[in-house]
Amino acid sequence: MIKSELIQRLAEEYPSLYQRAVERIVSTVFDEITSALARGDRVELRGFGAFSVKYRPARLGRNPRTGDAVDVNAKAVPFFKTGKELRERLNDK
Amino acid sequence: MSGKTVTRADLSEAVYQEVGLSRNESAELVERVLDIISDKLVEGESVKISSFGSFVVRKKGGRTGRNPKTGEEVPIGPRRVLVFRPSQVLKSIVASATRSS
Repeated sequence: MIKSELIQRLAEEYPSLYQRAVERIVSTVFDEITSALARGDRVELRGFGAFSVKYRPARLGRNPRTGDAVDVNAKAVPFFKTGKELRERLNDK
Repeated sequence: MSGKTVTRADLSEAVYQEVGLSRNESAELVERVLDIISDKLVEGESVKISSFGSFVVRKKGGRTGRNPKTGEEVPIGPRRVLVFRPSQVLKSIVASATRSS
């Protein structure tokens, strides 16, 4: 499923809403999660999962082709941990 | 790190501010978004949200694990796990925004 299919599906469930409104709703959800992560905040959606930011320290990497040492800067990466309920549903409990 | 936690309530509030729906309807729609995604994943289908990331279900084979405390062997059966792969866009937003803080 891709974003447009999700919007389509939601629009079918809510025939009273304009397609454009549904698009804005779906975009708002993901935009809010994105801005929270950009602030370094955590997003906790019980049953579904939690998004957070993990900090990776600077390290000495290697160019796999040449074997040269390269400095890799410290960086922040988005991380998702599946919620308990969804994890159990994936394994039909 | 500010250490704040964003929840469903914050997402519903954002939807409420953005679209002319009631608070109840906004909350219900946020819930439906999460439920539709969850149902697809449970069916084994991947969900890809452009410029955000994709949720992919991966099958893991069984293995013998060990209780790290007792050293006891415990069988871990085959299972399905959910993996979130952030898009390049999300990765760079998070990397550049958190650099200054």
